[in-house]
Amino acid sequence: MSEKKFSKKHEWVSLEGDIATVGITKHATEMLGDIVFVEVPDAGKSIEKEGQAAVVESTKAASDVYSPISGEVTEGNKTIVDDPGSVNGDPEGASWFFKLKIKDKGELESLMSKDEYDKFCKENPN
Amino acid sequence: MGVQKTALYDLHKSLGAKFVPFAGYEMPIQYKDGIVKEHISTRTHAGFFDVSHMGQFFLEGDETLIEALEKIIPSDLKSLKVNHSKYSFLLNDNGGIIDDLIVTKTNKGFCIILNAACKENDIKHISRFLGKNHKYLLNNDLSLIALQGPKSVEILEKLIPGVSELKFMTGNNFSYDSESLYITRSGYTGEDGFEISISNKKVKKLIDFLIKNKVKPIGLGARDTLRLEAGLCLYGHDLNEKINPVEANLKWAIAKKRKEVGGFNGWRKIKNLLTNGSEKIRVGIKPEGKVIARENTKIFSSNDEEIGFVTSGTFGPSVNGPVAMGYVKSKFSEIGTSLQLEVRGKKYGGKVSELPFYKKSYVK
Repeated sequence: MSEKKFSKKHEWVSLEGDIATVGITKHATEMLGDIVFVEVPDAGKSIEKEGQAAVVESTKAASDVYSPISGEVTEGNKTIVDDPGSVNGDPEGASWFFKLKIKDKGELESLMSKDEYDKFCKENPN
Repeated sequence: MGVQKTALYDLHKSLGAKFVPFAGYEMPIQYKDGIVKEHISTRTHAGFFDVSHMGQFFLEGDETLIEALEKIIPSDLKSLKVNHSKYSFLLNDNGGIIDDLIVTKTNKGFCIILNAACKENDIKHISRFLGKNHKYLLNNDLSLIALQGPKSVEILEKLIPGVSELKFMTGNNFSYDSESLYITRSGYTGEDGFEISISNKKVKKLIDFLIKNKVKPIGLGARDTLRLEAGLCLYGHDLNEKINPVEANLKWAIAKKRKEVGGFNGWRKIKNLLTNGSEKIRVGIKPEGKVIARENTKIFSSNDEEIGFVTSGTFGPSVNGPVAMGYVKSKFSEIGTSLQLEVRGKKYGGKVSELPFYKKSYVK
């Protein structure tokens, strides 16, 4: 798998061939608090870069999850739908949200590296 | 006026609180543990809540004070014994709820606990009904701490002997650290517990004791999930000036005698609704599955008729699923009625549910 890239909306993406795996960052889960509901897209759904793709809810509020990259969904992670709390445990690993067959690898270039993202979070604490 | 802070602000900060602006105050929404853990530790052990932003409003006066207050509060204040408390409301001319409150009879008059966001307006409203011989004071020198959960009594008894003898919805004066303080056995979580009115000077010492006894600090986030599981209303969400106690399904909080005799704001309308029923009524709602129906979610009947809206909705950690309350047309209010909840454009099933969602017995 490729190195993770990060969006300003606190999603991460990693690439294996032309399949991208997308999830939300640890920083995002820390801001959200206890996650109690997750909705992921069904396979076959086309999503544009920065388009609304999934939903995550904490006890406090509902938030949209955007796709950092365009493509067609190949799989939504049903495990986190059944156990939303698991997203707090391993957000950047087992608790990915969905996988996409990507349209344009070039879109990854606009995303941040881990270091850039950490810096971005420090500068934008909320 | 700038943002206000309670006397415990620095302590909250040191405990890792995340703050939110609430009713003009910077208040902790959660601490390090997070809402779910805070909720569970209140239900299984004990938690403390800084509710000092709420108004502690003291009234003094003779018999005419009771008459004045009974015009806006539909409790039987004449029969209320000293140190006994009632849940009630301030009503406007139309029977609408200006605020919900706890009123306690004191030796000199009454103490009323008012919602933070409403307190200034409440006092203006109350003072219009008072006479020259009535004194009143919003005491900002006092903090208010709610200690809630099954271990509350055991823990507080160690520090302030005698509190275990209080029955639910009664209070008394106690002495602590050479100061007098007022404690009621009450709360808003569905758990046994106390509300402690203590000077801003001494409150930190009390909290230090509670923390030493493994009482966790609980923020507004868990306060909301706890009260919703307990089926209790949050003013500004489940209640407002356009909703009367019959619609709010709170007619139990109007004294029986006063339902018949009246003499309070909006009585004519309320009496009519008590006889004929209201068009809409507050109900508990249990969404099916995991979907959370939050405030303003539209409610439809099983035949797709729009019948109401959600006023509070969240995930209930003790119920381990979503819980909500809202207003529906009264003919759809029977327990078990199937509903549809429109969340993000999609309709999900749900049922009218009994309140509370989570039951616990108070000490009577």
